[in-house]
Amino acid sequence: MNKVEELIVKRARELLSSKEVDKVIGWKKGEFYFDPSPAVFTSEEELKDFVYNGFCGANLSKYLVQELKKGGKIAVFLKPCDTYSFNELVKEHRVDKNAVKVIAIECQGKLDIEKIKEKGVSAVTETEENGEEVIVSSLYGSAKFRKEEVLLEKCLTCKSKKFAVADETIVVNEMKETANDRFSGVEELERMSEEERFAFWKGELSKCIRCNACRNVCPACTCVKCVFDNNASGMATKAPADTFEEQMFHIIRAYHVAGRCTDCGECSRVCPQHIPLHLLNRKFIKDINRLYGDFQAGEADEGKNPLIEYTEKDADPTAAVNGEVRHA
Amino acid sequence: MLKIKVQDLNKLFDAISEKEPLYMPLEKAGEANYGLYKTGEKTALDVLKTVKSAKDLFFPQSETIVKFKTEGKNITVEDIREEVKPFVLFGVKACDFKAFEVLDKVFLADPVDTYYQAKRNACTVVTFACRRPEESCFCKVFGIDAANPVGDVTIWKDDENLYWRENTEKGSKLTESVRYLFAEGGEKDVQNQQEETRKIIEKLPFSSLDLSYFENTEMMDIFNRPEWQKLSEACLACGTCTFVCPTCQCFDIREFKASNDQIIRYRCWDSCMYSDFTQMSHGNNRTTQMQRYRQRFMHKLVYYPENNGGLFSCVGCGRCVNKCPQKLNIVKVVKTLGGKKDD
Ligand code: SF4
Ligand code: SF4
Ligand code: SF4
Ligand code: SF4
Ligand code: SF4
Repeated sequence: MNKVEELIVKRARELLSSKEVDKVIGWKKGEFYFDPSPAVFTSEEELKDFVYNGFCGANLSKYLVQELKKGGKIAVFLKPCDTYSFNELVKEHRVDKNAVKVIAIECQGKLDIEKIKEKGVSAVTETEENGEEVIVSSLYGSAKFRKEEVLLEKCLTCKSKKFAVADETIVVNEMKETANDRFSGVEELERMSEEERFAFWKGELSKCIRCNACRNVCPACTCVKCVFDNNASGMATKAPADTFEEQMFHIIRAYHVAGRCTDCGECSRVCPQHIPLHLLNRKFIKDINRLYGDFQAGEADEGKNPLIEYTEKDADPTAAVNGEVRHA
Repeated sequence: MLKIKVQDLNKLFDAISEKEPLYMPLEKAGEANYGLYKTGEKTALDVLKTVKSAKDLFFPQSETIVKFKTEGKNITVEDIREEVKPFVLFGVKACDFKAFEVLDKVFLADPVDTYYQAKRNACTVVTFACRRPEESCFCKVFGIDAANPVGDVTIWKDDENLYWRENTEKGSKLTESVRYLFAEGGEKDVQNQQEETRKIIEKLPFSSLDLSYFENTEMMDIFNRPEWQKLSEACLACGTCTFVCPTCQCFDIREFKASNDQIIRYRCWDSCMYSDFTQMSHGNNRTTQMQRYRQRFMHKLVYYPENNGGLFSCVGCGRCVNKCPQKLNIVKVVKTLGGKKDD
């Protein structure tokens, strides 16, 4: 057991036994080291399966929406990026912060088992983290990787290791900020010609199977009934019938989360076809920064986002489309 | 047995596709999925699991069923069914091939689904033995031999050669048309590879999964197990597990107005994980995610076998194991409800 995990489990035990909270949201051990699932713990007994390791990439904040409906006080363990999602959910009145204890926890970047497999290691039986190294054992032998080679995309370009909210923190080792620029991928797309860019997105989006994992995992997608599920809306679709429909779903989704997306990276993490959805969101974030001044969704749990507020300093969007107009 | 050098594979693909449309794993935007081969296309034969299974070729994610034309108060029905021209489906793994049997029992049972049947009959299936199975594979549990799938033709591949064995009449016809590209031989290499593969499969972590609980327990006892609640807690209600699954067979039928005088009726995959699955005018009979989640696994492990002589509606391909965003899957369900816990 690593030190951070030990402290987390200890704290969870205290909170449950003292009845300070009714349940704890965390991660539960799977069949392997690399497949923990999010889970709700209500007794000390259940905590024996609690796990916190390099594969706990899942953002737990959205589970609060469903769990709070059932009542009671909840303690939730949030990584730095997850704390931003939490604030955004509070701001949008999806989560009552008074019913939640946020325990912000150390994160050294989470790993991507699929990237490990892409490196040609299959039949993985075990993975072990050793500082900046990841050691993977499989039926075909064992292999060693530098952590950076096998980090989740969202962690490679982690926006910040600062906690946006924390009632308590559990941090043992210093968390280094990543040196990677999260907008570099967007800039690459911006440099393309319109035709190239269209071809890029057409290729990516044509893989979409409309499984809705990206939408359902997204902490900004908390509509009680999504327009795409609403048969009365005339837009309900279960399968993309043509290229237009594939694109429409993603463009509408990107617009709907614009200004509210914290860039937690979950959409890209869960996509079974590895569509780089974060690039769409980051394009919006980049443009919002340019047109309305730097803004990070979820930094605070109140206030308005630039797209629903007007100030005289705002750039004129029509002019902005044509040139280098910026926030004054 | 026949063999062909791996360097010559493109010649083989070109030769097949010149005669009949050839569908095989292709790499598009970094992912392997079945697609129509054209000369110069990036093939992905060595990828163990395509993201979507091979079922698309018989049961596509969406397909038009019928068109209606309206003229004032008159409506004419346009039957859009055409004869399906013969085509080749190349590189199907043993699990995906077994899944065709599962689908056949649904789509080819009376009343026959003619859309499915036409494609199924027109197809020559070339299966592909696995060489490097991975940890999520558990086809063995369902009595599948990944080293020796059937189909019309079976192929094996190592670093040097592709080996070819015809199994059926359809297979012989295909073989005849490309025979000039092949040399005789390879039995020994194939045998060795099969032994290797089977040894690996023995050692795979899920190969000893025990399904006897589902075979020997009353349906309602399984249905009422309290564990379903915890098992389903983290489920996002997305459709990933059902859409990547080779045996999932549910579809929805919908209509849309294509123009002022035309209505198109189409079907598309549905998922029991979705909130409007089997919704009727009186409402929905499954109102919680726990119920939907339970449906998925009850169907695979209990209802389908009940109706089909004990055949499970899972072939152990492991796609849901790999692709569930929150790492929930059928193996965890089996182990929690009935399988031996190995720790
Ligand atoms: S994005 Fe950052 S904080 Fe979030 S999981 Fe990755 S490394 Fe950790
Ligand atoms: S997760 Fe990927 S495949 Fe699924 S709907 Fe979103 S983009 Fe499409
Ligand atoms: S089990 Fe996993 S893949 Fe299936 S609906 Fe739930 S979250 Fe999605
Ligand atoms: S349930 Fe999972 S393992 Fe079984 S056939 Fe479907 S995707 Fe494959
Ligand atoms: S009921 Fe669910 S599990 Fe069964 S075939 Fe339909 S979608 Fe798949």
